[in-house]
Amino acid sequence: MNREFSANNLVVLGDWVQVEITVLEPDERAKNIPDDTKQVPLQMWVKGYMQNESACMGDTVTVKTRVGRLVEGRLCAVNPCFEHNFGGFIPELLKIDDDVKAIVFGGENDD
Amino acid sequence: MMIDNSYQAVMARKNQIMKSAVGMDYSDFESGSIAFDYEAMMAATGYTLDMVIKTQAEFAIGNTPLIELKNITELSRKLAPSGKGARIFVKDEAANLSGSFKVRRAATSIHHAKRMGYKGVISATSGNYGAAVAACAAKAGLKCIVVQECFDSHHVGQPEIVEKARKCEALGAEVVQLTVGPELFYMFLRMLEDTGYFNASLYTPFGIAGIETLGYEIATQCRAQLGKDPDMVVCTNAGGGNLTGTARGLYKADCHPTIVAASVNLKGLHMASDTQFNLKSFTTGHTGFGVPFSTYPDRSDVPRSAARPLRYMDRYVTVNQGEVFYITEALAALEGMEKGPAGNTSLAAAFALSQQLDADKCIVVQETEYTGAGKHVNAQLSFARNNGIDIHFGNPHEEVAGKSIILPSHPSLISATDFDMRHLRASLIKNALATISHEPTDNDILFLAAETKTDVDFVKEIINETK
Repeated sequence: MNREFSANNLVVLGDWVQVEITVLEPDERAKNIPDDTKQVPLQMWVKGYMQNESACMGDTVTVKTRVGRLVEGRLCAVNPCFEHNFGGFIPELLKIDDDVKAIVFGGENDD
Repeated sequence: MMIDNSYQAVMARKNQIMKSAVGMDYSDFESGSIAFDYEAMMAATGYTLDMVIKTQAEFAIGNTPLIELKNITELSRKLAPSGKGARIFVKDEAANLSGSFKVRRAATSIHHAKRMGYKGVISATSGNYGAAVAACAAKAGLKCIVVQECFDSHHVGQPEIVEKARKCEALGAEVVQLTVGPELFYMFLRMLEDTGYFNASLYTPFGIAGIETLGYEIATQCRAQLGKDPDMVVCTNAGGGNLTGTARGLYKADCHPTIVAASVNLKGLHMASDTQFNLKSFTTGHTGFGVPFSTYPDRSDVPRSAARPLRYMDRYVTVNQGEVFYITEALAALEGMEKGPAGNTSLAAAFALSQQLDADKCIVVQETEYTGAGKHVNAQLSFARNNGIDIHFGNPHEEVAGKSIILPSHPSLISATDFDMRHLRASLIKNALATISHEPTDNDILFLAAETKTDVDFVKEIINETK
């Protein structure tokens, strides 16, 4: 997800943005969770149209979400987008293909 | 008056919030002890199987193809002892609206929410169910919020979950994303309370009734295509709804195959651990959900879960991550079917189980799921390798979840490891006994026999063991 931003750009009313909210501080977290999780806050991210006239990254702003909820949080992205992909090359997958085809169809017939 | 929205105050209002968000008073079915009237709760939806089939047809859901995997079966027979190697069929649920069987679950919930006049629906899910709810809500004209556990504390998202967020947004939903932790439930309750939306939970009777059509279709399609009933049906098991609904649908068709649950073995990884969150390559269909939800179903987001898999389960097997990735690739190589890895957990198990059964027997793998960026064998292996997971060919039984992914050096190394069913059933009984401070009633004992697909003698034996 794109969290990059330029600190110089002013974000304005109606921009599609993402805000970050700290839901629970470490000392407010549930008792029955692992220690490593207890050491970090519970964070939440919500997207929406910014309702403030203007703001800079990190400012507390209000957004209007897709269903129309008003949510307040720290401005962390403008025009957030998805950047997940298929990952890097995994050579093992080609070998699996060759191996199973060789067993089912015979492997030496293309030489 | 200001509403107290502190963690403790909201959690204390849980039952009240759920009552208005599901439109069902669970206390109607309670006995005051361990037992509750499960069948009365299932019937309380007011929807018969025929009505659910009709509703799903209106959403363009169901009647997915039952495909014989002839080359995967051939691979199994090359490795099996003489005369073994059951035929393997797969129910191509990825062909459904939104790309998975989960939409069967969503359709009944959204239909009901619309009928009851709710303006929107909310679902807490990091899985395919989010897209399923989003798709049905889009068709029904309802607003939709999907709440996901998606990131570790460094804001690194599990690629499979990020992809599901993208799909939910593409289908018009609002996606709320959180870091790791069960307190997500707290925010979920707050959103239910603030919006007055319907809780499209995976675990209501509406959801489970929706999956019954899958089991019913398997029975009718096997009879039409093979002229006989399946001998074994393998279900990927996490929260238990998939297996529960499928088995109930099979039984409604008077079809009684061996019902096998299959989960990816993630032994040693804690599901609520921030640092271990991105060390697993499967975000569902794994033992981290499958075992606790089987042995204590009422840990879900509703007071009584309609998903109660030990009522129907005959065997429960595990496979390792490397074995599921291998079979996912083999499915593409041999059958031309590119599918999401998590849904192929049951296929990896079926491949091994096929080699134990006679060649004239039939195994049905009851789902596939869509694949794409993030939720793809290549994406997951690449993510794992970048996170320092040691990926290599070898014996998959030496795999250590969170440290290694061992792809079998030969397909004959793929095997399904049986859980001790007696131990699982005893765990359920012991967990239930821990919820009361008095002696179990006669009704409780009958209930626990049904809960564990056993009999009164077995339940009494376990009760005596705990004394």
